[in-house]
Parts: sequence; C-alpha cells; structure tokens
Amino acid sequence: MTYPLEQIKLDTVELRAAYCAALIAAAEQNDRIVAVDADVQFSMGTKPFYEKFPRRGVNCGIMEAHAVGMCAGMSATGLVPFFHAFGVFATRRAFDQIFLACAYQDLNVKLIGGDAGVTATMNGGTHMPLEDMGLMRTIPGATIIEPADAAMLPAAVQHMASTWGVHYMRSSRRNAMRVYRDDAQFTIGKANVLARGSEVCIIACGIMVYEALRAHAMLAQQGIRATVLDMHTIKPIDEAAVIHAAMACGAVVTAENHNAMSGLGSAVAEVLVEHCPVPMERVGVFEQFGEVGTQGYLQEKFGLTGEEIARKAIKAMGRK
Amino acid sequence: MNITETRKAAAEIRKLTIAAMQSAGYGHIGGSMSIADVLAVLYTDIMRVDPKNPRDPNRDWLVLSKGHCAPGLCAALAHKGYFPKEEVLTLNQNGTRLPSHCDRLKTPGVDISTGSLGQGISMASGVALGNAMQGINSHVYVILGDGELNEGQNWETAQFLAHRQMDNITVIVDANQRQLDGYTEDVCKQFDIAEKFRAFGLHTLECDGHDVRALHDALVQKPAVLVMHTEKGHGCNFAEIPGFNHYMVITDDMARAACEEIDRRLTA
Repeated sequence: MTYPLEQIKLDTVELRAAYCAALIAAAEQNDRIVAVDADVQFSMGTKPFYEKFPRRGVNCGIMEAHAVGMCAGMSATGLVPFFHAFGVFATRRAFDQIFLACAYQDLNVKLIGGDAGVTATMNGGTHMPLEDMGLMRTIPGATIIEPADAAMLPAAVQHMASTWGVHYMRSSRRNAMRVYRDDAQFTIGKANVLARGSEVCIIACGIMVYEALRAHAMLAQQGIRATVLDMHTIKPIDEAAVIHAAMACGAVVTAENHNAMSGLGSAVAEVLVEHCPVPMERVGVFEQFGEVGTQGYLQEKFGLTGEEIARKAIKAMGRK
Repeated sequence: MNITETRKAAAEIRKLTIAAMQSAGYGHIGGSMSIADVLAVLYTDIMRVDPKNPRDPNRDWLVLSKGHCAPGLCAALAHKGYFPKEEVLTLNQNGTRLPSHCDRLKTPGVDISTGSLGQGISMASGVALGNAMQGINSHVYVILGDGELNEGQNWETAQFLAHRQMDNITVIVDANQRQLDGYTEDVCKQFDIAEKFRAFGLHTLECDGHDVRALHDALVQKPAVLVMHTEKGHGCNFAEIPGFNHYMVITDDMARAACEEIDRRLTA
C-alpha cells in the first residue's frame, strides 16, 4: 500500500490542490455541498471550487465566529458546508461556535484546518496549530482526521461529504511526502497497518507517518522489528488496532505533529491504560508554543523526526 | 390583524411563562416578559408556520438568540399548539423536552438551539442564506437582547448581512436597557442601537415593543433590523421593579397575583 522508503519523495501535487479537487468531485455528486471561507481562499486553495460553482461558495471575510455559526444555520436548512481556515482559526478561534452551534445541536458541518502543526512554518507561533486536535477531541461525536498525503486526502473528503456530523480535517496546504501508492485503500476509523513487527508499535498520523517509516527502517538496521500504524482517524480512534498492536508488540510509541498532550498520544494512552497497559512513549511538542522556521528546522527543534521516534521506541522497549 | 386576539395571545404567553417558572420555582422572568408581545405578534400574525409540521422546510424560522428566555418561547409554542399547554409545567424537570435554554433537538417548534450569547444572529444568517441558495421562499426572524449586543460576533454578522443585502432575515433587538448585572448604560454603554445598525446600511425601524399594532406594522415591512423598545419584566407585576429582575425566585402566591393582574389589565 505504501512505496518502499527509498522511493518516497515530495509529492508533485499540493495537498490544497488535492483537497479542492476532492471537494469539487464530492460537490458534483451532492448539490447540497457548499464552500465557506474566511478570507484565505487563496491560501487554502479553494478558488477553483468558487469558479466551478459560483453560487455555492460564500467568502465571509475575516470573521470565523460568524462563519462557523453561519455554517450551522446553513446545515439546519439541509446544506453541507465545508469551512476552510488555518487550523488555529478553524478550531481555536471559533471553538464555542463549533461546540454549540454545530455539534451541540447535531448539525452537519465540515471544518478544514490548514497548516497543521509545524507546516505553518514562516507564519510562526500565532498560526501554528498544536492544540487543534486536543480541542476537537473534547467535542462529543466529532470526527478528527489527519491524512498523511495527497493519496489519502480524497478518501477523507469523501467520508466527510457522505457522513453526518461535525468533522475536522487538518493537513498541510503544501506538498507532503508521498507515502501511499495510488491504489491504497482507506477506511475512516480504521488504522492502516504499514508494517508488522513484534517488538514495538509506532502509531503516527499526518506528516509523522513518513517519519514513522524512517524510524521503522532505522530500527530494522538494529534488528528491531516494529509495527507501524497510520492512525489517520484520531477520533474515533481505532481501539481494536491499538489493542492488537500493543498485545503483539508489548511497547508503543506515538508520533504527532501536535502537542504531545491531548492529541494522538493521549488518545492512544487512554486506550492502553484501560485495555492493555504496556510501556508507551510519545513524540510530539511538549509544553512549547510554535515559532517561525523551515519545516525541517521545526521538526528538529521539537523532535518530530524518525530519529526521535526510534530513540523513544527503544526507550519504551527497555521499560517492558 | 385582530388586535384583541393578539393581545390575548400575549397575555396567555405571559401567564404560561409564569406558570412554567412557578413550577420550576425560578426563572429568567425579566427578559421573557419583554419579548412576550413580539412573540405573540410573530406567531399570531406574521410567521408562516404549522405546529403539526414543525420541520416544514418552507416554514418561516425564529431564532431566539437570547436563549435564556426559552420559557417565553416555549409558552408561545404551547399557545400556538406545538405541544400541550400543560407541558410548560415540565420546564427544567429531569428528562423534560423543555429546558430553559432553547434546544431544537428537544422542543417541538424550536428552530435553533441557543444559549451562548452572540451566536444566534450568525446561525440565523446561515438559515436565511441556506434557504435563499436553495430557492426556498421563507423569512427568518432572530431576536437578540440589547445586552447581548456586547458580543462582537453580532457585528460580524451585521456587516455580513449588509454586504450581502439579504432580504429574507429580520433582526429584532429587545432593547429593554438592562442586562444581568444592571442597566446597559452602567455596565457597557450601548449608544444608539438603531443608529449603529443604520451605519452598516441596514434598513432599521424602531417601535414600542409592547404595542402589538406597532410591532405588526413594523414587521410586515420586513426590515433588516427592528429595534423594539421594551421594559424588562413588562406585564408581570412582581418583575416590574427597578432592581434585579433578570432571574427571580417565583412563589405560588407571586405567580397567582401576577396572572390575576395580567387578566385585569387585559380587560381594563
């Protein structure tokens, strides 16, 4: 399902282009789908949707609270709004509106957050969502998806378009490492098993899936066989996959481009502590705000690397 | 309109509201009383709704953004026939369909859930835009408190409504000049509310919010904004006080005397 590590390269397709194409495809099937923006159409890459469907897009201007509330109202009339903003503004800025206007009254609103974690790069700490998944995890019934690449992203959009409820998808806007082959299959809520080992299990999402595959190779060089799961659906998390992998491997490492508290690592820990307590380590951002820098610099600074995953894998194995 | 019938409806809404709060023992009486007359006009003379088909996609919509005044709306819905009048006595009882903040998933006839102030106008604008995009001929009414206008989100939506020149939504401001902690003038000055909306270019009318004829004549014009000047607690004698009347404990004796006074004023 994935390319061999040495063949994984930076994709030629930007994630925002893949997103907009997927949204247009979904909208061609369902005339109730509408796009809502808050003055970042260019950045989020949604312009082609507005050109294709001039009467089905609403750019509100810089007013996320209004825009999300408006999406709730549109949903109440039967429309399926997809709202786009940078992750910090799509979630943190409009959290009460998402919680009450959308989720509390069981409406059907889709939130797309761009610039996940360190992919915000030069926009820096004010624009770097490291807590968006944590916020969204607290909302009853909300679904959270972070695709690894442009091959997976359309499956997420298709699921959001065809499934009732509040969904949040976070991703980079730009080119990601192309991990998956074109024919890879995805089921929202089910982890993809990218490697099967017996000594440690790496559970990753988003850009950290590629880093997990790098860690897998580093560990293999040391004779350590690791399982790798792409947990693209952070909520509802695939409990069965987590439990199965933990029982098979006896140690777990999570890796996320997000605060190590409240996101994927916390979700996995909650499953493990209740069902299969095994040693576990987390790779993520610990008690820090974001800052400006290239993605490579920021990944090194926060330890969001294959090397760090491998180090913590060995540490977790040592605690068995 | 039949003014006598509408005034009777307003009296009935007030009495049902008081009965509901008496049953619970407490309630947001002040703000529920100040909207009783406009609720009577909307549900008696203005809105196209069918209590037997509360989710009719072609209906007119009402968003009560000041969601803590749900008991007033529930009274209006009971009076209209969405559910039995006796059901208002279940207000805030365990397992009730009538919580004291508007809940569209529980209460028949409630179009949108509210409670976090400032959000109703945005949701109402989404309903209006959604209906327009689907070619549905419907009008959306949203009632805001004047204290609620402290919330900045209202002004985001005001700008949006003005920019889009939307003509299928009317924002009604219950200008009772009081909020929880006191007079709006003292807590955070409102300045001239109507002029603020007019500054956005929104067609704004003003009227006496306790004069059903004036409310009717304003609403039939479908203005973008109607600022109705009201009195917090109006029509409920124990709440018509200068002191704190946002939320009151209500005894059986208080409720009985208030309802008798409502009947007396109706026939006076």
